[in-house]
Amino acid sequence: MKNHIRLGLVIFLTPVLLWLLLLIVIPHIELLRMSLHGKDDMGNTVWTLANYGHFFSEEIYWYTFVRTALYAITVTILTFLVTFPVAFYITKVVSRRLTGFLTILLLMPFWVSELVRVYGWMILLRESGVINHLLISAGIISTPIEMLYNDVSMLMGLVYTSMLFMAVPLISSLEGLDDSLIEAAHDLGASPFTIFFRIVIPYAAPGITSGSIVVFMLALGNYLTPTLMGGKNSLWFTEQIYNEFIASFNWNQGAAFGFLLLLLSSIIIWAGLKLSKQELGRALS
Amino acid sequence: MIRTLPQQKSYITAFRLYIILFYIFLFAPLVITCVLAFNDSNFPSLPWKGFSLDWFLADGPERIGLLHDRSNITSILVSAKTAFWVSILSVIVGTMGAFLFEQEKFWGKQGLYFLALTPLVIPGVILGISLLLTANSLGIFFEDTFGLDIPILRPSFWLVVLGQFSFISTFVLLVVSARLKKFDHSLEEAALNLGGTRFDVIRHITLPYLRPALFGSGAVAFLMSFENFNTTLFLVGSETTLPINLYLQVRDGSTPIINAVSFLLIVSTSTLAVVNLLVSKREETP
Repeated sequence: MKNHIRLGLVIFLTPVLLWLLLLIVIPHIELLRMSLHGKDDMGNTVWTLANYGHFFSEEIYWYTFVRTALYAITVTILTFLVTFPVAFYITKVVSRRLTGFLTILLLMPFWVSELVRVYGWMILLRESGVINHLLISAGIISTPIEMLYNDVSMLMGLVYTSMLFMAVPLISSLEGLDDSLIEAAHDLGASPFTIFFRIVIPYAAPGITSGSIVVFMLALGNYLTPTLMGGKNSLWFTEQIYNEFIASFNWNQGAAFGFLLLLLSSIIIWAGLKLSKQELGRALS
Repeated sequence: MIRTLPQQKSYITAFRLYIILFYIFLFAPLVITCVLAFNDSNFPSLPWKGFSLDWFLADGPERIGLLHDRSNITSILVSAKTAFWVSILSVIVGTMGAFLFEQEKFWGKQGLYFLALTPLVIPGVILGISLLLTANSLGIFFEDTFGLDIPILRPSFWLVVLGQFSFISTFVLLVVSARLKKFDHSLEEAALNLGGTRFDVIRHITLPYLRPALFGSGAVAFLMSFENFNTTLFLVGSETTLPINLYLQVRDGSTPIINAVSFLLIVSTSTLAVVNLLVSKREETP
């Protein structure tokens, strides 16, 4: 019996260890190592902090970094504000017959590739786009307006692409909320406002945390939406990384940027978990 | 406030209006993309010039439809091939991980479990570049030390598979673990008492029980891989996957052929989604 268990352990442990060591641990150590490498005047590879020095001395780099972080937080908050009423409506307000249908309808668009969704917004919003055409046909405006390639369209695109990851945890946490709690509060004379802040929000807190963590991480690491919807001045940090890797071919600098982004996302996720007193495992599942 | 309580009319009307607007917001880009795939025009925009299947079927010289567009067809096949391997690999390793964390006891289990979850919270771009750097360093090492040139260590098909596998396995692990948690262990004990070995039990009892989770997570893993952009971007070699190929086309200007590809993607993924949902519903209700 003992032997069987040990054999099982070895068989299950080996592939998992290989996966985590070879594809997660070692690559991230390598990322850190490369970010600390640079060339000296003779062209030899040396250990250096210059890559991180560049980040702080060149204004454009840390400005983009801070901007990306703040926008990712904005996206997270906006996504929550947009999806919470929908999750509440689906789970608590609409008749039960429609709950399943509305949930499936909500999930459907997110099975489609992010690129297709962003492309859809591009043909809607751009100067020769569908919305401009409709507005002109309706006589509301006379010349087309460029609605794409600005920060607002970029934020909207980011909210759109990450809504699902907020909606699903919100719906599943609100589903667990027993209606009789709200009924009891109502019978005891609580206002909708009180019910909302004293019962609904605290109950949904785990869902809010896990949704926010995933949305924040996805917005921070997004490359497609800022490049395609944010236009030339979108200044998203992942673009900076891409440029160092593909355009400038300065992999050491790119590695330093990558490591900083990883650090930022880890710190904010860790803080989020601490503040809401949750564990990563529970937040993800 | 909720359905069982008396509602104010204005509250319900306002709420309903918001929900309708939300669903319009949700579906507008997809619907318009699909509609414009059939517009008889050289640009994916209004006005509507009549129904046409040109962007699917035409074979030149003025318009080339999707069926005759070699680069898009090839990239669809590459994506399908990638997704096939990624889903197989991640279902195998993810399931083993689920067994490991649910049924085994060993030193450092908590730490390893934490590590196994991290791929889902590491931005995809970072996974891509760190794997690229590692593969490149290994490649240089083998070249310098042994004079070996290992093509898999350059941006290539298999590097993409490995990169996507590295985080999709975590997803499978979570789904399979969730189902394994609900498993009635007395079934296993009974089988063991009757003389079955641990692996007999897994093969004849646990795996059949896990089947819906395995197929469900496999299907989602396939989709996640098929649509992955961030990680793939840095690892892709000469065999471009569909999202990368589409991205290059969208960036450099657009033709309705992108709408045609999108239409097919929307139709096939929604079908797969609905089938997946129906199957999992049926399996859950005994």
